[in-house]
Amino acid sequence: MGEKVVKMGSFSFRITFIRIVLLLVALFGASIMLYRLIFGLGAATNLNDSWPFGLWIAVDVMLGVALAAGGFTTAGLVYIFNLKEYKPLAKPAILTAWLGYLLVIVGLGMDVGLWYNWWRPIFNWGYTSVLFEVFICVLAYNVVLLVEFLPVLSKRFNWKKVYEVSTFVAIPAVIAGIILSSMHQSSLGALFLIMPEKMNPLWYTSLLPWLFLLSAIAVGPAMVTFESFLASRTYNMEFEKDILGRLIKGVALISAVYVALKLWDLEARGYLSALFDGTLASNMFLVELALFIIPTLLIIFNSKRLSQKTIVAGAVLIVAGVVVNRLNVLFMGLYQAAHMSYFPALTEFAVTFGIISMGCLAYLFIVENFEVFTHEEVKLPKESAPVMTISRGSKQESF
Amino acid sequence: MLIDITKCIGCRSCQVACKSWNGLDNETTSFTNDITNPPQMSAKTYTVVNFIETRLHDKPIWRFIKRMCMHCTDPACASACFAKAITKRESGAVVYDKTTCVGCRYCMLACPWWIPKYEWDSVFPAVKKCRFCIDLLEHGKEPACATACPSAIKFGDREEMLALAKKRIAKNPDKYVQHIYGEHEAGGTNVLYLSDVPFTSLGLPAVSSEPLPKLTWDALAKVPYLAGGVGLTMTAMYLFTHRKNAVAEAQREKIIDKAGE
Repeated sequence: MGEKVVKMGSFSFRITFIRIVLLLVALFGASIMLYRLIFGLGAATNLNDSWPFGLWIAVDVMLGVALAAGGFTTAGLVYIFNLKEYKPLAKPAILTAWLGYLLVIVGLGMDVGLWYNWWRPIFNWGYTSVLFEVFICVLAYNVVLLVEFLPVLSKRFNWKKVYEVSTFVAIPAVIAGIILSSMHQSSLGALFLIMPEKMNPLWYTSLLPWLFLLSAIAVGPAMVTFESFLASRTYNMEFEKDILGRLIKGVALISAVYVALKLWDLEARGYLSALFDGTLASNMFLVELALFIIPTLLIIFNSKRLSQKTIVAGAVLIVAGVVVNRLNVLFMGLYQAAHMSYFPALTEFAVTFGIISMGCLAYLFIVENFEVFTHEEVKLPKESAPVMTISRGSKQESF
Repeated sequence: MLIDITKCIGCRSCQVACKSWNGLDNETTSFTNDITNPPQMSAKTYTVVNFIETRLHDKPIWRFIKRMCMHCTDPACASACFAKAITKRESGAVVYDKTTCVGCRYCMLACPWWIPKYEWDSVFPAVKKCRFCIDLLEHGKEPACATACPSAIKFGDREEMLALAKKRIAKNPDKYVQHIYGEHEAGGTNVLYLSDVPFTSLGLPAVSSEPLPKLTWDALAKVPYLAGGVGLTMTAMYLFTHRKNAVAEAQREKIIDKAGE
């Protein structure tokens, strides 16, 4: 493939065919966003009074948040559990989480009707609303993720003071990130608790917050595994089979707990037999369940000798499981109660794919221009960095 | 407000009064299988009389049911609003205010009766729903629909209306269904229905008597413990996993100190 490199100052960006496609999709998405802002939701979406939440909430927000769970899970493993072998995964995971959450805000901004009022809840505390908690947590977590990623940014730009401060607060930031994440990941499930009559009983359970949290914890590292695989192919790096193999075993374990909890909950509520009704909803529930059970068994039965293929397949299936789950909760969950039908408009898809493309491009750009993959750092002699003197001991980890 | 289905003649005066008092635009109408018109509530129609063909004592009959916001005593929409744009007023009315609304539309999902509607055609849309003619209420007057109704609507305090409804049922136990819709639904509503045919046949969904905000509040009430628990566990875990390093470092420093001496 012919390669061109665009340079701007000290930054450079390789241009490949895939990147041109991503750029076009992103630009198209951006123009549709502009269209939505000028002409309103009715013109740009197929949303209606029965479907106030549609594709953007389901994918850009609910899925975006779930799939960005790699940030707090990996940061926790490395900085809190002190499992140093996962360290090469931390920075890329935090980067994808940060970009993911920024794009969640873009998606939300597109979806809300009166976007200029976005700041109102900061002063008008609608604290009885689950959404209030989600809103505050997502806002705060965006700041936390920025702080967690600042060492990388400030190193590149030589902001010594910022680097010192951000590495100094790294551990509290990671802990805050884990708290905020467990709060809003679970609360995204709690959002649906207010609709006991509307929601399909297969999905409506008081355990929704716990199921959302557990699946987020499972899908975070799975997403990190998948991203590592993509990165290893893109940048000709080694696929860290040992590390990712251990990580995916953890994922399988959490996934097993998740499936067991889900089945136990169905059994306790008396809906286990309803799984085999043959309706669209029950079949979709089975698909969702299979997407968790198959990778879990795949990994557990091959746990002695995990090949790259098994690891990646397991990760992809778990990710697919969470994708189907989040879409199911919203669309299958409310399908039988809605009076009107809804299928996302092409313009809605355009915005969603545009946002995803923007994320991919931003990731590629940052990875290529900032020190995200830590391979070189390992070789650095320990005393060489002057900042180490103020941030001693464990804080070195955040370097 | 008490709406007695057995007394409703389907004149739609309430619909007209609502439109004119609230200054709502007219809608392009379309032909439907029944005579309900417009076919459903929307951002331009706060109340609509549904014309329903059903059966009573094995004979086909028509019943007319005025649908509108139920004005719950503990409204799900208001609890779902994260910007306090929907509030429960002293008069019992549940009222929306656009100034603080972000437009997330969670209220529309939260309502078990699908009452809040959205101005989809607008660039800066508002949520639209019956506001119980709060301006009239505050001047001691009845909502426009109640004033306009020739037969079915009685307006007054909730307790009064409940008493009246119970009296009517007691007087005509064979005629009425032994249930006041809204007495307990969603924790109780300010709009109450009496009927001689089952409420489900009128399109009113079965709603549990538990106030809906309690469901999410129960979950939210656990969040501080979750946050505290996670925070403490993570801090403890951090201190624990890093103790080894600290011990090793301390020992090394000790050795260096001794060597210095």
